[in-house]
Amino acid sequence: MNSAIHPIASLLAAVARGITGVQVQWAGCEPSERQRIYFANHSSHLDFVVLWSALPSAIRAKTRPIAAKDYWEGSPLRRYLAEKVFKAVLIERGAASKAHNPEEVHHLGRTLIDDMINALGTTNSMIFFPEGTRGTGEQVGPFRSGLYHLALRRPDVQLVPAYLENLNRILPKGEFVPVPMLSLLTFGKPMQLEPEEHKDVFLERAHEAVSSLRRIGPA
Amino acid sequence: MPEALRDPKLVALFGGVLCLLVLSSVIGYILKSRQAADASRTTIDNLNARIKAWWKMSAIFVLSLLLGPIGSLVLFGLISFLAMREYMTLVPTRRGDHRTLFWSFFVIMPLQYYLIGIQWYGLFAIMIPVLAYIFIPSSIAIAGDTAHFLERAAKIQFGLMVCAYCLSHAPALLILKIPGFEAHDARLLLYLVIVDQMSDVLQYVWGKLIGKHKIAWRVSPNKTWEGFVGGVATATALGTALWWVTPFTPLQSAGLSFTICILGFAGGLVMSAIKRDIGIKDFGVVIEGHGGILDRIDSLCFGAPIFFHLVRYYFVP
Repeated sequence: MNSAIHPIASLLAAVARGITGVQVQWAGCEPSERQRIYFANHSSHLDFVVLWSALPSAIRAKTRPIAAKDYWEGSPLRRYLAEKVFKAVLIERGAASKAHNPEEVHHLGRTLIDDMINALGTTNSMIFFPEGTRGTGEQVGPFRSGLYHLALRRPDVQLVPAYLENLNRILPKGEFVPVPMLSLLTFGKPMQLEPEEHKDVFLERAHEAVSSLRRIGPA
Repeated sequence: MPEALRDPKLVALFGGVLCLLVLSSVIGYILKSRQAADASRTTIDNLNARIKAWWKMSAIFVLSLLLGPIGSLVLFGLISFLAMREYMTLVPTRRGDHRTLFWSFFVIMPLQYYLIGIQWYGLFAIMIPVLAYIFIPSSIAIAGDTAHFLERAAKIQFGLMVCAYCLSHAPALLILKIPGFEAHDARLLLYLVIVDQMSDVLQYVWGKLIGKHKIAWRVSPNKTWEGFVGGVATATALGTALWWVTPFTPLQSAGLSFTICILGFAGGLVMSAIKRDIGIKDFGVVIEGHGGILDRIDSLCFGAPIFFHLVRYYFVP
């Protein structure tokens, strides 16, 4: 993969930082070039760009978003942004509901995780929104199991929780124009899958790691 | 050479500001090298951070005045924008307010400043108190969410009034046509800002030196009667002493300075009350040592429109 940052990506990152006036706090760890999966709450189209723009540029060049294929292939512009500009890893959402039997569910889930693992390679990091879709921002929705499977397959990759605050008020789901309020981004303490840890326990722990980083609280 | 530099009295004011900054930096330096106890360290560090910020703010303000009326308009427009941004971030709004907020930030506020630019006083004066007052609740109603309706409309309107409408009266001084004072309006703006901000600073200084008896301690624990009386008295004296840069007599200058100081105090107190209500200490963290932009200009918000109208009523035929 070509690791140079696309100029449009840098431009969009600068614009997003300007609009959101984001204050970044590395509360639980320092920026690092080691392989990481940043996972955060999701309430706005700005989420990825803001999180990505908060990383130092050397790290930014190696960090790709995981995004929903159905949405980001929905129009030529979206496809261009996802594939060329941000080099997103596009994955099929809701694979399970399209499957006909349990084996197929298992198989589809497996290809999905394979795609993500391939994209991680040996040097890349990723930005991942485990809720799978944008919420209202009032609370963090339940996490889907993708994060667990990634953690299981790549225990060497650090899982870094992050909380994006107020972005749902700046550009909520369904709106096209942003309102320039201020926002906060907090990175938490890296976590790992414990040996023998049950999927649900782990996902609950990851969920708590993200929501505990909230600083202002619900409006 | 910028137009402003041809006005010797304005240059003298700039010089005065520079002397004050140098003096305060020297005092800050002496205090820092003498500090012993840890208890006073935070106060002195905070003081030095404030002085540093004052250098930056003064430089930006003087630079904007050198650029002429457009410079001041752009600067105050920007301050309004940043102040309203802090305000709206911390005042709870709902999803249904999104478009109304967008209009407030990108249409109503710029329009307010544009009207000063084209010197359309009539529309400038009613833009937010009348037109926006009608527009905002209508726009929220169209969005359809009725929960806390009155509260939301009031909060957005208040933000626009304080951050855009009131503050815009400071650069609006530049369009006043005072006979015999043409082309010197920049001095009037500088006079307002100096008296207002010095009143703030002197209240803080007097309060730290001899402050004991608290005023409205529930709202703002740092405000004391000693600080208030000392600060208002010295800032009024300073304003009176600056009568020669204004079209006022010394007595008029004393009256106007006193008004600016009292209104500055009221503005600061109201903003503190809002902060208490929301449950925060500062509106933002943009200017080091000062809290946010809104914390710095809260005193100007109430002083500017009243000063503007007093000058307009008594000095513009």
